[in-house]
Amino acid sequence: MIQSFFNPEIIAASWPIVRAGLLNTVLLSLLVVPLGLFGGLILALLASVKHPAIRWPLMAWVDFFRAFPPLVLLILLFAGLPFAGLELGGFVCVAIAFFLNTGAYYGEILRAGIDSIPGGQIEAARSTGLSRLQAMTYVVLPQAVRNVLPDLLSNTLEVVKLTALGSVVAVPELLYQARQAQSLTYNATPIVVAAVIYFVMLWPVVRLLSRLENRALAAR
Amino acid sequence: MSSWARFVETFLNTKVMLKYLPDVLSGVVVTIELALLVVVTGIAAGLALALVRSLGIRPLNWLIVFVVDLFRSLPPLVVIVLIYFGLPSVNVSPSGFVSTWLSLAFVLMAFSEEIFWAGITSVARGQWEAARSTGLSFGQTLMSVVLPQAVRLTIPPLTNRTIAITKGTALGTVVAVTEILGQASSAMSNSYNPSPLMMGAAAYIVLFFPVVVAARWVETRLAWKR
Repeated sequence: MIQSFFNPEIIAASWPIVRAGLLNTVLLSLLVVPLGLFGGLILALLASVKHPAIRWPLMAWVDFFRAFPPLVLLILLFAGLPFAGLELGGFVCVAIAFFLNTGAYYGEILRAGIDSIPGGQIEAARSTGLSRLQAMTYVVLPQAVRNVLPDLLSNTLEVVKLTALGSVVAVPELLYQARQAQSLTYNATPIVVAAVIYFVMLWPVVRLLSRLENRALAAR
Repeated sequence: MSSWARFVETFLNTKVMLKYLPDVLSGVVVTIELALLVVVTGIAAGLALALVRSLGIRPLNWLIVFVVDLFRSLPPLVVIVLIYFGLPSVNVSPSGFVSTWLSLAFVLMAFSEEIFWAGITSVARGQWEAARSTGLSFGQTLMSVVLPQAVRLTIPPLTNRTIAITKGTALGTVVAVTEILGQASSAMSNSYNPSPLMMGAAAYIVLFFPVVVAARWVETRLAWKR
């Protein structure tokens, strides 16, 4: 058991490979989280224009990406686009797929946040002479983000976990590196190490979320 | 040939699509089987854990919280890879299908336990006491007082999570499950044409889009009117 899952020699030998993967996972997360947030912000701002010609296509867009598995989107970009003469490389494909997929989720959350701010506030802000954009940035958004902070955090956790998909398109992140190390050593230890790293990295976030959710319920 | 014609020839090639339609359809069947298994076992296990947790046995609750936290923090793909490539070294060799099913069911169990537990604790303590003092048993209180209120609160997050995790059946491709994505990708490499992949993508939309729309509808129906 210890030989095959917690082999100290294998841990020592594969550590440089796994460590490089960890670094890439952190970097990848630092790229795709802001990217998804940016996509979500665009969607949420568009949704705040309450016109049916915008509302319905937007809802269809969001529901489309809620229905579409991110891995399929990723494979479509990575393996499908080259047939159209567009070879993007795993990293760029991950970035685009996350922008589209997680953007839709962030968009839903931010929209709910903006909806939670009473319309009177926008009217008041506008009547003091702020432009529509100013009212949005200085009055509505700061409060909206605060209201949906637990959901934003929970989605961010999902996004970081989702970066493991990069391994399928040869992005050398944590899971990919661990599997490389596994096939080099014929031993499952590197994958266990990767799992432990994910757990140690994300457990505090899960705990925090649990407490935030409980507090939100207690406040009802 | 116009560029549109070339696009259709490449991405929506009818001949290739017809040839691989049976493969993709068999993938659809596998995806549906896998998805149903995950949803039923995952939610049942999650509900069972939440009910055990409501008994309030300390050491048991710590264990439950640990397991839940574990599967909330591990990426599903990592769990799948761990089961599929890891277990054979202790002479248990689950198939790709079983590995994917177990992994996603564990993940759904963790998330649904958390949601059910939040629902149960959301019902004020006084209601428990009041129900018990009228002579209802623990089980009766749970069934007739607490759960009906809790369910209303849990349905929207539960449907969202369930959809997100069920979409993860596509991850099975990585461990050679012959579900939609697996069938579509191998058809693509056999025919050297991306049309089967487009067909697979369409199959996911046909399968999951109605579920997403239905979930949205349920969500608005169940929303508390403030």
